[in-house]
Amino acid sequence: MIDDDLVFKALADKTRRFLLDLLFERDGRTLSELESEVEMTRFGVMKHLRVLEDANLIVTRRSGREKLHYLNPIPIRQIHDRWIKKYRAHQVSALIDLKQELEEKS
Amino acid sequence: MMSPLEQTHVSTQVYRVYIKAAPQAVWDAITKPEWTARYGYGGRMEYDLRSGGAIRGYTSEAMKQGGAAQGMPVPDLAIEGEVVEADPPHKLVLKWHMVMDAATTADAFTRLTYEISQTQEGVAKLTLTHDLQGAPAAASILAGEFEAQGAGGGWAWVLSDLKSLLETGKGFMG
Repeated sequence: MIDDDLVFKALADKTRRFLLDLLFERDGRTLSELESEVEMTRFGVMKHLRVLEDANLIVTRRSGREKLHYLNPIPIRQIHDRWIKKYRAHQVSALIDLKQELEEKS
Repeated sequence: MMSPLEQTHVSTQVYRVYIKAAPQAVWDAITKPEWTARYGYGGRMEYDLRSGGAIRGYTSEAMKQGGAAQGMPVPDLAIEGEVVEADPPHKLVLKWHMVMDAATTADAFTRLTYEISQTQEGVAKLTLTHDLQGAPAAASILAGEFEAQGAGGGWAWVLSDLKSLLETGKGFMG
């Protein structure tokens, strides 16, 4: 089972966020393609990809001899629904309260 | 100019979600119309679950009303296609074609695969792989690009909702 901690830990790294951005731009890249975009050893990139895969942020599938990497947006969507939407809704209602208060005074 | 191989990569979307439910429950939620009406786009999906069997996806009342309110009539049929392989409760492969409007109808038939396995007791792993080559209109909708315009959040939204429904008994619709 994937928990939020794994997702937040995976996202708390610049290189891993960059790798996700690369896959957002164009999905289904091979290790070699990803490796060519970062200044890091192949082993280092593999390690980061493993962390992302364990957090379910990427899904890999085989195509012939190649392993392709796909961005899985679902954990980020769940963080959005669980955390961000909540606070944004709160801000909106705070603004609505403010508007009512000001309008009542005037 | 991208190579054909790269284009294949680009046109495939892959989603994975872990759900506290038995594989059979996930299978039922995907294949039974009384379940498909309760999450995501909320349309009833009908499957003739044998190789070559027809699939039909219908628009919901909410979709029709929403479309009408925006001056875009929504047809009764949203999805047409055919079952390629049905291996309950583990694998469902479909030929899948969205026919919501002129743009999606002009798309090619796509290949949609659901894979369900049990990773640990009581947890199902659902992987959806959608090969959308030749179907740019459906690909945009399913990637959630028109969510702000009220077209739903695509597969990520549908599968998140499915997870909520199976785990809590309540989807986003309440």
